[in-house]
Amino acid sequence: MAIAIVIILLVIASIVFHFISPWWFTEIASNWTAIDTTINITFWITGFVFVAVNGFLAYVVFRYRFNKNRRADYEPENKKLETWLTVITTIGVAALLAPGLVVWGKFVNVPDGADIFEAVGQQWHWSFRLPGKDGKMGRSAVELMSEKNPFGLDPNDPFSQDDILINSNEMHLPINRPVKALLRSKDVLHNFAVPQFRVKMDLVPGLTSYLWFTPTRQGRFELLCEELCGMAHYTMRGYVVVDSAENYQKWLDQQTTFSQSYQAKQADIQLGQQLYGSCAACHGQQAQGNKVLNAPKLAGQSIWYLKRQLSYFKNGARGSHKQDIYGQQMATMAKLLVDDEAITNVAGYINSLSQLSPAPTAANIVSKSQLIKGQKLYNNCAYCHGKLGQGNFNTNAPKLAGQDDWYLKKQLLNYQSNIRGRLKGDIYGNQMLLMSKLLHDETAIDNVIAYIGTLSKPQKPKEVNSL
Amino acid sequence: MYTAITDQVDESSHPKSFFYKYIWSQDHKVIAIQYSITAICVGLVALVLSGLMRLQLGFPDSFSFIDPSSYLQFVTMHGMIMVIYLLTALLLGGFGNYLIPLMIGARDMVFPFLNMLSFWTYLLSVIVLMASFFVIGGPTGAGWTLYPPASILEGAPGASNGIVLMLISLAIFIVAFTMGGLNYVTTVLQARTKGMTLMRMPLTIWGIFVATILGLLAFPALLVSAIMMLFDKLIGTSFFMPAILSLGDSVDYSGGSPILFQHLFWFFGHPEVYIVALPAFGMVSDVISTHARKNIFGYRMMVWAIVAIGGLSFVVWAHHMYVSGMNPYFGFFFATTTLIIAVPTAIKVYNWLLTLWRGNIHLTIPMLFAIGFIFTFTHGGLTGLFLGNVVVDLPLSDTYFVVAHFHMVMGVSPIMVLFAALYHWYPKITGRMLNTGLGKIHFWGTFLGTYAIYLPMHYLGFLGVPRRYFAMGETDFIPQSAQTLNAGITISAIIVGLIQLVFIFNAIWSLFKGKMAGDNPWQATTLEWQTSQTPPVHGNWGKNVPIVYRWAYDYSVPGVKDDFIPQNVPQDEVVMLEGNTGNNGENQ
Repeated sequence: MAIAIVIILLVIASIVFHFISPWWFTEIASNWTAIDTTINITFWITGFVFVAVNGFLAYVVFRYRFNKNRRADYEPENKKLETWLTVITTIGVAALLAPGLVVWGKFVNVPDGADIFEAVGQQWHWSFRLPGKDGKMGRSAVELMSEKNPFGLDPNDPFSQDDILINSNEMHLPINRPVKALLRSKDVLHNFAVPQFRVKMDLVPGLTSYLWFTPTRQGRFELLCEELCGMAHYTMRGYVVVDSAENYQKWLDQQTTFSQSYQAKQADIQLGQQLYGSCAACHGQQAQGNKVLNAPKLAGQSIWYLKRQLSYFKNGARGSHKQDIYGQQMATMAKLLVDDEAITNVAGYINSLSQLSPAPTAANIVSKSQLIKGQKLYNNCAYCHGKLGQGNFNTNAPKLAGQDDWYLKKQLLNYQSNIRGRLKGDIYGNQMLLMSKLLHDETAIDNVIAYIGTLSKPQKPKEVNSL
Repeated sequence: MYTAITDQVDESSHPKSFFYKYIWSQDHKVIAIQYSITAICVGLVALVLSGLMRLQLGFPDSFSFIDPSSYLQFVTMHGMIMVIYLLTALLLGGFGNYLIPLMIGARDMVFPFLNMLSFWTYLLSVIVLMASFFVIGGPTGAGWTLYPPASILEGAPGASNGIVLMLISLAIFIVAFTMGGLNYVTTVLQARTKGMTLMRMPLTIWGIFVATILGLLAFPALLVSAIMMLFDKLIGTSFFMPAILSLGDSVDYSGGSPILFQHLFWFFGHPEVYIVALPAFGMVSDVISTHARKNIFGYRMMVWAIVAIGGLSFVVWAHHMYVSGMNPYFGFFFATTTLIIAVPTAIKVYNWLLTLWRGNIHLTIPMLFAIGFIFTFTHGGLTGLFLGNVVVDLPLSDTYFVVAHFHMVMGVSPIMVLFAALYHWYPKITGRMLNTGLGKIHFWGTFLGTYAIYLPMHYLGFLGVPRRYFAMGETDFIPQSAQTLNAGITISAIIVGLIQLVFIFNAIWSLFKGKMAGDNPWQATTLEWQTSQTPPVHGNWGKNVPIVYRWAYDYSVPGVKDDFIPQNVPQDEVVMLEGNTGNNGENQ
């Protein structure tokens, strides 16, 4: 008895929930309204069946509940009824399938003349490539990938030269132009998904998959990896920005081609040394850092990381938060570096300075249990920053070993309080921001930093350079 | 056909010592209980893992013992344990073992020694799996699908040892399943008693029988993929590994195909859904028929639907791979086959309803769970029509809609049937009834609680919340209210988890204090209720095996005094109502 009433209530509750739920599709931003229509058709048909079947169930349970004076019917089969039910179900299923297949037909056939771009996935970030003026993508191969050539393009392929490389998680597309995304992975499976575009597809190492859509609404849409790609899967985010034609062109003009980046000048260390003069006042002659002035140690940090941070400080992606007092100081100083070449040179000089072990501060004297806790926490960090804290270009993770504890702590606190990581233009900061939340309190921060402190000790094998 | 097995009546060959009777036993009933208890214990581990997972999702940044690695390890182990080590083992190793010989009138499985080995091999696979919690790096966190390349590369948790133990455990499990499965199929085909034609078998046996055949055909695909992945991991082959980087370092692989693994995995994985579902379909049919006091409606159609679903389940696997990067033209084929499978499945639902129609429904605990099953299975089946329709799958794939769908259809629904079956057959297994009051608490908590978990979860999927995310962080498209919803789902999940303790308490308490059941407390027709002792002894039938005279569903036959006629009652022994000499049941 109760069960019949509850089933009716559940059916009503489900319908009410459906109509009042604030959780529903995001406003569509692509041409795929047909997908939404198909889903609506599916909702009507399945909704009808849901109500009919469960309504009937509740009625039957109520109507034919146990009565000791009544006997159940005996009816093994009813051919006619069974045939009718089969036919009606088949029609319903066909009504669902047919529109679905028509729309799928549109999805698999990319319209002629669609633009193309490539989305490249790797643990745990995105980058993009455009074919350039010739409209053709150059050949790429895993064996060719290096710090200098992260996309692994063939430098001898004429089609590669004008390919436009976007070493960022933010891709721009012009509005109202059909575009085919070619999907490529450097390592494991990933998935290209923008909820507002409705379509998604896996990136599979060893082959190129695709999807297509026409962006129909301007805006900045979040790109998510939706195929489990390892520990930091949930931090693999990006953006697709849909621009007007003019804004798109403006953005495009700022991007560099493969041949430009491949032939970019190496750092001139002597010029860098001259430029470093003004940095030395705070960071020290040997770039050893100065706690009193809140200037971190820089010596031995990788060039690519220094370059990125300097340009962040210059363009406000770092140090522009109003609570970031020392960051603001640095932002002012970074503006002294007039162009990318100057940034490269000074980064090269700093990188050439040999790193010193951290000064023994009070926090360095730590208990064994603290180190064990710290090591456990550091296991998460090690995926990107390396087991020895050596940093990794491919995961965009700077070197941590040898860095002073006070600076690491300050930065972790900055990430946790959104002072660093979510400023406009900070490409990989959100990743670190999400990860910094794994440290639930100050003790946890101290523990992990204490452990990082042990990584700089010279006896660690990987740190020893053979002569 | 029936002579070879049924003539064995030498009771002196049955072991007397405790060790051979209850531990190293060849009695199918003891093996069934061993299987069931092991599966339920390991299932409780998986239940706790799901609770931990939900704690993180409901209350992110609150529990310092859950980090992204351990979260993914919980997800992976929860999924694999529930699908393989709980559901498959409990439905086939547990109920299959217990019910097949009893329901077809045999004294035991045809290969009792192999049957015993099957259990001990299964136990070994569970031990190997559990060992992965204690190795360096912990269990694998590659997701229950174990997709390479990620599963065997450094970027995934447990890629050093956990994945190796997982693959070895799966291989051992499949050996165990094969020993059991060959036994079940052979027993059904060879050891049926006199009169038990195939078309007189209870639907429970049909479900288990077809599911076992599916398993025997599908598990080899998983076995080879597990072995191939072990080779890729341990000896450097490249079955599934193209030339790739691993966290920036080049690794020594080239030429393999990650999609090949997915095809092999889902060639197993989709039939696996029906390996779980078909026994559940069968058992729920018998529960509904018995407790509604009415013959199953459209028996032949039900049998053919089971066979058709089983056959079709081998040609739909790539609907799990619409967005995998395989050739998208496959989508047309697999969407069509997938939606076709909805037809026999719908017929089953109609026939359950039409069995209840004009029945005389006893709302016992098994019946409540069976009704709950019809509701949840209808819901889960209908959302399957979204995901099976290839283009609708595009926005929903890899979101919480998928998680909600497969939990409704493959988690909640089979578990509703499992509980229906446990309450239904517990009196036969132990000789005592389970407590009804506790059973009601258990039913309502489980039924309403699981719906409160999974109904709203579908809507997170519409919104676009991706699955297998440790945390969402700040996003532009997910409102804060989604977090509130997640917290609510977590609270429901914890309540549902705790409610299961009521069942466990009931099962243990009733073992000693439950009402005595007698041989046939539900007044059911099938043979297992006609044993002369409850619980049945080794050899099941005493001196003579039963002879079958009718189908399994002679309930409320017009003109007959009782409202049921057991399968082993001959025509001339049926007691008629006074003054009635009319039709008395099926007479094939």
